[in-house]
Amino acid sequence: MFGRLTIEALPLYSAIAAGGAAVTVGGALLVAIVITWLKGWKYLWTEWLTSVDHKRIGIMYIVLALIMLLRGFVDAIMMRAQQAVALNSGGYLPPEHFDQIFSSHGTIMIFFMAMPFMTGLLNIAVPLQIGTRDVAFPFLNSLSLWLSAAGAGLVMVSLVIGKFSTAGWTGYPPYSGIAYSPGVGVDYWIWALLISGVGSTLSGINFLVTILKRRAPGMTLMRMPPFTWTAFCASLLMAFAFPALTVACLLLALDRLLGMHFFTNELGGNMMNYVNLFWIWGHPEVYILILPAFGVFSEVVATFCRKRLFGYESLVYATMAIGILSFTVWLHHFFTMGSSANVNAFFGVTTMIIAVPTGVKVFNWLLTMYRGRITFHPSMLWTVGFIVTFVIGGMTGVLLAMPPVDFLLHNTTFLVAHFHNMIIPGVLFGYLAGYMYWFPKAFGFKMNESWGKAAFWFWIVGFYLAFMPLYVLGLMGMPRRMEQYNDPSWQPWLVAASMGAVLILIGIACLVMQLVASIRDRKQAADLTGDPYDGATLEWATASPPPPYNFALLPEVRDREPLRDMKERGVSGAPAGTYQDIEIPMNSPVGVILGGLAFVLGFAVVWYIWWLAIVCGLAMWAVLIWRASDDHTDIILTAAEVEHMERARYRALEAARTAGRA
Amino acid sequence: MNGAGSVKQAVGIVRCAAIALFALLAAACDRAVVLNPKGPIADAERGLLFDAFGVMMIVVVPVIVMTFIFAWRYRAGRNARYEPKWDSSFTVDTVVWAIPAVIVIAVAVLVWRSTHKLDPYRPIAANGPPVHIEVVAQDWKWLFIYPKQGVAAVNQMAIPAGRPVSLRITSDTVMNSFYVPALAGQIYAMAGMQTRLQLLADAPGKFVGRNTQYSGGGFSDQFFEVVATTPNDFEAWIARARQSTARLDRPTYARLAEKSRLNPVVYYSAVEPRLFEVIIEKYAGPHAHGAAAPARR
Repeated sequence: MFGRLTIEALPLYSAIAAGGAAVTVGGALLVAIVITWLKGWKYLWTEWLTSVDHKRIGIMYIVLALIMLLRGFVDAIMMRAQQAVALNSGGYLPPEHFDQIFSSHGTIMIFFMAMPFMTGLLNIAVPLQIGTRDVAFPFLNSLSLWLSAAGAGLVMVSLVIGKFSTAGWTGYPPYSGIAYSPGVGVDYWIWALLISGVGSTLSGINFLVTILKRRAPGMTLMRMPPFTWTAFCASLLMAFAFPALTVACLLLALDRLLGMHFFTNELGGNMMNYVNLFWIWGHPEVYILILPAFGVFSEVVATFCRKRLFGYESLVYATMAIGILSFTVWLHHFFTMGSSANVNAFFGVTTMIIAVPTGVKVFNWLLTMYRGRITFHPSMLWTVGFIVTFVIGGMTGVLLAMPPVDFLLHNTTFLVAHFHNMIIPGVLFGYLAGYMYWFPKAFGFKMNESWGKAAFWFWIVGFYLAFMPLYVLGLMGMPRRMEQYNDPSWQPWLVAASMGAVLILIGIACLVMQLVASIRDRKQAADLTGDPYDGATLEWATASPPPPYNFALLPEVRDREPLRDMKERGVSGAPAGTYQDIEIPMNSPVGVILGGLAFVLGFAVVWYIWWLAIVCGLAMWAVLIWRASDDHTDIILTAAEVEHMERARYRALEAARTAGRA
Repeated sequence: MNGAGSVKQAVGIVRCAAIALFALLAAACDRAVVLNPKGPIADAERGLLFDAFGVMMIVVVPVIVMTFIFAWRYRAGRNARYEPKWDSSFTVDTVVWAIPAVIVIAVAVLVWRSTHKLDPYRPIAANGPPVHIEVVAQDWKWLFIYPKQGVAAVNQMAIPAGRPVSLRITSDTVMNSFYVPALAGQIYAMAGMQTRLQLLADAPGKFVGRNTQYSGGGFSDQFFEVVATTPNDFEAWIARARQSTARLDRPTYARLAEKSRLNPVVYYSAVEPRLFEVIIEKYAGPHAHGAAAPARR
């Protein structure tokens, strides 16, 4: 009836595991109680969970990302604390718990923090930037969100029922095979990745089509804002790279569930095939995450230097070059697997070549600052912090791209320091810059800058303190993922790194405080103009938050900086022309239902509850058929309704202007 | 000719600067084994690390300095020169693409040459024939078989200093990575396959070796000792192993291969013939030819 699910699955094997489960369950209960107390369930369901509006979907993605950032960070600080004390002792975490923590940290940060954060920013900004009313497939967008949430849910549930994988975020076989990892952990990992991976593939396709087919009249490709360009490239990579991960995970699932031998030690299995497939997705994934962050930096640097972005065409070509090259370097993740010198050298050289377009981008941001007029909004601070820190990570990346150097430093904490040195400034700082930059657009009020700046300073100092020691430890030959060690000369560096983690903790607390303070002061910080930074691109040409249809009249694009062009021509105010009926997609519960079913399906397979898995699979199929045959998925906003909403906005704006003058 | 000379000179200066920087770090922690190689392979790999580090500084330092200068000079309120419309320049674009490209070409040449020179399959050109050792990764320990001498040891690898050592490596469990940072970089150990590694210790000494690829609960304890000795001491070590009462036949091997942590050093006076090949064939099957399936020949 319940497969291999028994009462033994509760995490009562250690006080710390039980505590983690209690916090998770308690947190979920607390949220449920608060929503009930506020009588918010109906509002939440009709306005948010069933929404197919890209702006709301974007916000929900980012809420998911921020929650998972907290969870992933708890894992991180627990690891740093363990390694700070575990000299010649077991520390406070047994190996089988420490191993789950490093596996869930990486899995969560990549798949359930960075991916949703990135997709959320794409959702909020891209349709507005290209002057369209929605993404190409609004329902698919909702489905993508709920599939991602289902995957995240599986990882969270593993904290309470059963254990998580101990095979690391990369899940290398044969260790992740059934012979060496017979428990449910790896299955949780596989199904979380499979379900959310489908969501990511669909997102990629959705944004690819949106950007290619839905641009406002006059917006040629070479007039697209830089963020949209990077979103386009990232979507392309998502659509082409994620299937490789899906296939790798499916084959591993077949090995585990049906006794097949794709990646096992014996009977013709070969783990090297998994390693190749995984990184054929894994390296483009790095650029899926980092390119949109580059796009944010390009927007932010132009806005806060009050200058046109330098070298737009160079940036576009560099972006696309990186996108293509990202598929040609995957082998550098395993130079140590015994490939011939020709193969290793080839992939070493292709890896170096990526440094060229990346270097071009860095110079272009610098040259945008040159002869600009820089204001240090928190988003700009994240950008400057990124440039300085990222070039250091890029430098260590070039070192690791040389196979003989990689032989020495692979699998050591030097490698850990390197990829955190790319992903924290290059991805997370970019997303936080984007979050603070577009927050007023999404909610209609500006964020508190003091807390934002404090968050930046704690994060950046904490970053250096947490990761520079890991470079040193790598040079001292310390492997990654050690639960304990016997070399006393490592300990001071590990203690320093744990202090860095504490500073980052304060940085995260500042982010929370920033959100609280911003919501508290929302009246004073309200922005009725929709254009708080005197922006140049189209997302600033509509209200904040934008109406359901984004633009009452589709904008006419004549320049790379369409809004600035309109301002210069004096046509940026109330639109001239008559309003027309606008068709907008109707909210649908199908996305959240399918996500819920996918979650239960994953859970059932993890625990071998086959009847439930079959029921869920059939139910998903039925719901999809039902949705596909539903012809009434749009509603019409009449011209009068649109005019009413637009008039209300301009009246409020006028009133605010008069009040401001008085 | 002059150009080549000045390039050489520049590389020399850069190299000196890089060495100075790393030396600071090394002085702070002479325990940094990667910076204190004890053999020619690790030494060459470190040299490459220094060279590439130096070349990269040509870009890294100016970028960091420029970021700070621009952020300071062009901050609002300072009223420095402001050109909001300056957004492209053919000359600047060319330079911006050319500088990274030239550096990358230089480093790429370095990569191509060094990767071939330091291919872990390539025998070390040195005096004397190499010592052959067969290495087996187990949960969570290392077995070293000396096929020519007919002895074996757990968690201790003795090598004669000054003589090249040629390793054949496999795993009797999950993927491992064999790593003695003082002597050479690492290479994976995989079941059903063999990988190879060459190393050489300049002088007698003791070094730490590890598995660096996470392999389960005993991973943190999976280290071993490399003892580089004088030729005479090496013979003495072999002789001591030969006096051991333990013999590595199949039943003994099966017991050894079971999961265990922190195994003491054990010597075996005799080893079942072809044991290394048998361990590989266990996974690769009897169809594997000759010395079993290599990850590559």
